[in-house]
Amino acid sequence: MFWSVTQSLLDGLWTSFEIFIFTLLFSLPLGLILSFGAMSRWKILRGLVQTLVWIIRGTPLMLQLIIIFYGPGLWLGHNIWNGSESGRITATVVAFSINYACYFSVIFRGGIEGVPVGQREAGEVLGMTKSQIFFKVTLLQMIKRVVPPMSNEVITLVKDTSLARIIAAYELTFAGYSFMKSSGITWPLFYTGVFYLIFVGILTLLFNYIERRLDYFR
Amino acid sequence: MSVLEVKNIEKHFGSTKVLRDVSFDMEEGSALAIIGSSGSGKTTLLRCLNFLEVPDKGSIIVRGETLFDADRPIKEQEKDLRRKRLHFGMVFQSFNLFPQYTALENVTLSEKLLAKERPDFKQNKKEILEEIESHGKALLEQMGLAERMEHYPHQLSGGQQQRVAIARALALQPDILCFDEPTSALDPELTGEVLKVIRGLADQHTTMIIVTHEMSFARDVADHIIFMDEGVIVEQGDARQVIDHPKEERTRQFLTKY
Repeated sequence: MFWSVTQSLLDGLWTSFEIFIFTLLFSLPLGLILSFGAMSRWKILRGLVQTLVWIIRGTPLMLQLIIIFYGPGLWLGHNIWNGSESGRITATVVAFSINYACYFSVIFRGGIEGVPVGQREAGEVLGMTKSQIFFKVTLLQMIKRVVPPMSNEVITLVKDTSLARIIAAYELTFAGYSFMKSSGITWPLFYTGVFYLIFVGILTLLFNYIERRLDYFR
Repeated sequence: MSVLEVKNIEKHFGSTKVLRDVSFDMEEGSALAIIGSSGSGKTTLLRCLNFLEVPDKGSIIVRGETLFDADRPIKEQEKDLRRKRLHFGMVFQSFNLFPQYTALENVTLSEKLLAKERPDFKQNKKEILEEIESHGKALLEQMGLAERMEHYPHQLSGGQQQRVAIARALALQPDILCFDEPTSALDPELTGEVLKVIRGLADQHTTMIIVTHEMSFARDVADHIIFMDEGVIVEQGDARQVIDHPKEERTRQFLTKY
């Protein structure tokens, strides 16, 4: 029994991990683009980004996921995600990427605006180009500023992958839950928790490492 | 010939006129101090010279070359902006050292980046970088920081940080070195070491413009003094003359506060 539970949970973990990795892969660059939009000189663009962030942060991720998965099928008459497991995962990644990009954009904006203007000016009077100032002066200071809030979001993302269950994607929580439903046993639920704890534990170590590596300056 | 000629500079932020018809010139190897109360436009003037602000009117001429002329189209002004900036060095009130680099790296960074643009950089990379490195070290030694080269800014006192900033500005060998209230952010017991370094530069006839609130320092170190009030030059002349025997009533009033 233990091994068959482990096997199922590992399957579920793999799905959760896919959602996690692909969401990060898409939401990080998208978040950076949105943060530039939010700081744009162009008022309309700024307004659009602010409205998007307001809507996405102001509604439940689960609701967004339901709309994105079921919406197109009902509006267009055919399901663009196809009903298979991979279609469910794709829809989840799309919904999560949009959601997380909005949160990331706010963190990135804080990081960029948090670097004192004097740093850019010092680079300018030393004859540096704009890109030299960004890559050689500002970027690392910005990264240092965003690591702690980013670690919060990334850890939240691990646990948010469980929301994919609402569209019947077979992720980790779904795997644990199905044993309770079929066999009436609860220990797989705790075992599932252990999987999350290990996942988050590894991420915590990773973020601690990054913070320590950036500890040499203030 | 003057090393610097500033002609009829005007600058406003919104409806506030910060600089009005500011003109002066400087001789090679001289030190000029700009004094005046906060909000008199001294810092803005310095920032205009370094192209951190764009003047609305007037012109800036260095060694006979017009670097800026408000009457010319804006596109032309922005051309070669980086090269034009290198005529001036800038030491900020709040140091603005790059926190992720050591003292030595702060001093050599811009020189290394500029060296990459040299046509012979690829060929003589090693020699060029070594030369920059030893130049940087020599500057820090001159600033009395031989023991602090590998320290990061947060490991240095304010006075030491400002001296690194001075070395960083000197590294590119500017025609004119500008100081924007270099000791205002320092604890009183640390101002001495920075003023001493600036005094040393004056003794070597470094061309300098110093915006300062240290009146006795300005009197002793500068050759000329400009007193500014509400965006205009009220009085300018020989340093001792202006401090000891001011001609204008406003200058006199200002100096009684010190």
